[in-house]
Amino acid sequence: MATQQQTPLEGWERAYGQTPERDVPFTTLGGEPVRPLYTAADLPAGIGGPDDPIGLPGQFPFTRGVYPSMYRGRLWTMRQFAGFGTAEETNERFRYLLEHGQTGLSTAFDMPSLMGHDSDSPRSLGEVGREGVAIDTLDDMQALFAGIDLGDVSVSMTINAPAAVMLAYYVVAAEAQGVPADRLAGTIQADILKEYIAQKEWCFPIDEAMRLLGDMVQWCSEHMPRWHPVSISGYHIREAGATAAQELAFTLKDGLTYVQQAVDRGLDVDDFAPRMSFFFNAQIDFFEEIAKYRAARRIWARELRDTFGAKDPRSWLMRTHAQTAGVSLTAQQPLNNIVRTAIEALAGVLGGTQSLHTNSYDEALALPTEDAVRIALRTQQIIAHETGVTNTIDPLGGSYFVEALTDRLEAQAYDYFRRIDELGGMVQAVKQNFPQREIADASYELQGEIDAGRRIVVGVNAHTEGDDETAVLHRVDPALERKQIDRVQAVRARRDAAAAERALSALQAAAAREHTNLMPPLLDAARAHVSEGEITQALQRVFGSYTEAPVF
Amino acid sequence: MPAVSTARRIRVVVAKPGLDGHDRGAKIIARALRDAGMEVIYTGLHQTPEQIVETVIQEDADAVGLSILSGAHMTLVPRVVALLAEQGIDDVLVTVGGTIPSDDIPELKRLGVAEVFTPGAPTQAIIDFIKTAVPRSSGRA
Repeated sequence: MATQQQTPLEGWERAYGQTPERDVPFTTLGGEPVRPLYTAADLPAGIGGPDDPIGLPGQFPFTRGVYPSMYRGRLWTMRQFAGFGTAEETNERFRYLLEHGQTGLSTAFDMPSLMGHDSDSPRSLGEVGREGVAIDTLDDMQALFAGIDLGDVSVSMTINAPAAVMLAYYVVAAEAQGVPADRLAGTIQADILKEYIAQKEWCFPIDEAMRLLGDMVQWCSEHMPRWHPVSISGYHIREAGATAAQELAFTLKDGLTYVQQAVDRGLDVDDFAPRMSFFFNAQIDFFEEIAKYRAARRIWARELRDTFGAKDPRSWLMRTHAQTAGVSLTAQQPLNNIVRTAIEALAGVLGGTQSLHTNSYDEALALPTEDAVRIALRTQQIIAHETGVTNTIDPLGGSYFVEALTDRLEAQAYDYFRRIDELGGMVQAVKQNFPQREIADASYELQGEIDAGRRIVVGVNAHTEGDDETAVLHRVDPALERKQIDRVQAVRARRDAAAAERALSALQAAAAREHTNLMPPLLDAARAHVSEGEITQALQRVFGSYTEAPVF
Repeated sequence: MPAVSTARRIRVVVAKPGLDGHDRGAKIIARALRDAGMEVIYTGLHQTPEQIVETVIQEDADAVGLSILSGAHMTLVPRVVALLAEQGIDDVLVTVGGTIPSDDIPELKRLGVAEVFTPGAPTQAIIDFIKTAVPRSSGRA
């Protein structure tokens, strides 16, 4: 009577074994095997105990969310990122968004601004105002926020290598409005390590870039109590082809490196850690993404409390922005991207994000059109108001599968931490191309699976339809480039040339001295209407520039 | 007779013109072409058209693949093509990959670009295209 001695689980295993599986790889997007069934045996040990690994929302280790009430108290912020053309065009868009009830602004800069080039540099040809707004001088920053009270709005600026320069323009632009730096609220991305790892928009060698970041973080901790001086970003690491585990590990390790740097400079961890924030990707593998956010919160809380000894519970919180995955969008059958984005956005929400940007369906082809942006925003509103997922906190908490994935991602992150530490820490690891090589290998492997048809991408390697592109595309007016070049040249012509020269010399001299904070001379250079390109070049005369030895 | 050992391998420059840092695609293609037996020279990021043409000349390349995801393709590609022509180079296959709207493809082809690959293009299609087109343009196998 074997059946009577069989446990229900054994019964299921026997029954499952009698059914042939489909011939497909049962793996996550990150290539991790997934079993057919997860059970209570997969839950972590210690649930309900004093060191409960899951716990409750708003309580250590914050696996279930950083706030006690989560979306029952307040929905995530729907923050769509915008910027194009000259400062005037983007200012018009900003004012439109504020008039329609948005309270935060999110600024996208063009490529020349991200790389420290002025719009009239030969390196900027064809790129001015194309992927974001062109900001060359204080005058552009003032035009960007003309008619907007900077004491009254939260501003996010997505810029990294020249972040300290842009922050100087911003602080001086506010000063001109009569708003002191200590009233300014917002975020500047300034996550320089991920530039060398993934996004590849740099100005200086790594050590000098880390100094500039440290100077800015320190200055902000003393002068800008409402400002988030760094947004530690996995988004671009993932877009460069990383797996979920790599995104999690490299992002948190970057963040821990910034914390260590600030502590090494003598700052109290509780003086700056509460204002560090994160930015993660929301990819298409639904459960793996949800688990990634949960693991990230748990690791950050533990490291800040136990490794760095932070006492203020706000230092333990990993607050994050999320954005759906640009890399998951396809040029083929672009309307399918609306569906992909909706699923990814839902993963971000069930992962407990504090704010969310949803991509537009036409972004595999160009910057989005207004219609496409509206559908992207509506997607968030449908999730928030129609699906019911906001009625209860962390509805997937306790799910056998999600908890097992959370544990696995956490273990993988710690494994990467160990390998990075063996290389001498993250700065050394980046110099040795370690994360870059890991990402390149992962992205090549995934592409191989897609090319071989082992991983299906609808409309790309299955269910294809010939000639696909039907979207109406956003076009940037090429005349804007000329207009912006004229603007920066007019600023140079009308400013006090001697004052600009003096500010640049002072900046360069400060850069050459160790232990001299560069924010004060950067603010002086901003006041003297020195351009971003001139500042970058002055710093490069001392710091040098950076050339990657690419790995592929 | 091992003809393969004496045949010159196809030499391809994979280049990232302009300021955009999106190199996932370029690196995958570089590796796939290398794995397919070609000699691949990847320029790295942030190259000017002048630097790219210089690399094509120095490396005696049979083909150059330009990867652009910044929207600046209608400025950068024509400059690379014009610089190649100025140098009297007419036997190097030029391909473009990236976020290229279909409306721009006819103009790029009119300028002399042999093929444009948009997101989702299978790497095998790119390998096959270069293998087929290079002997035609340069007389090499």
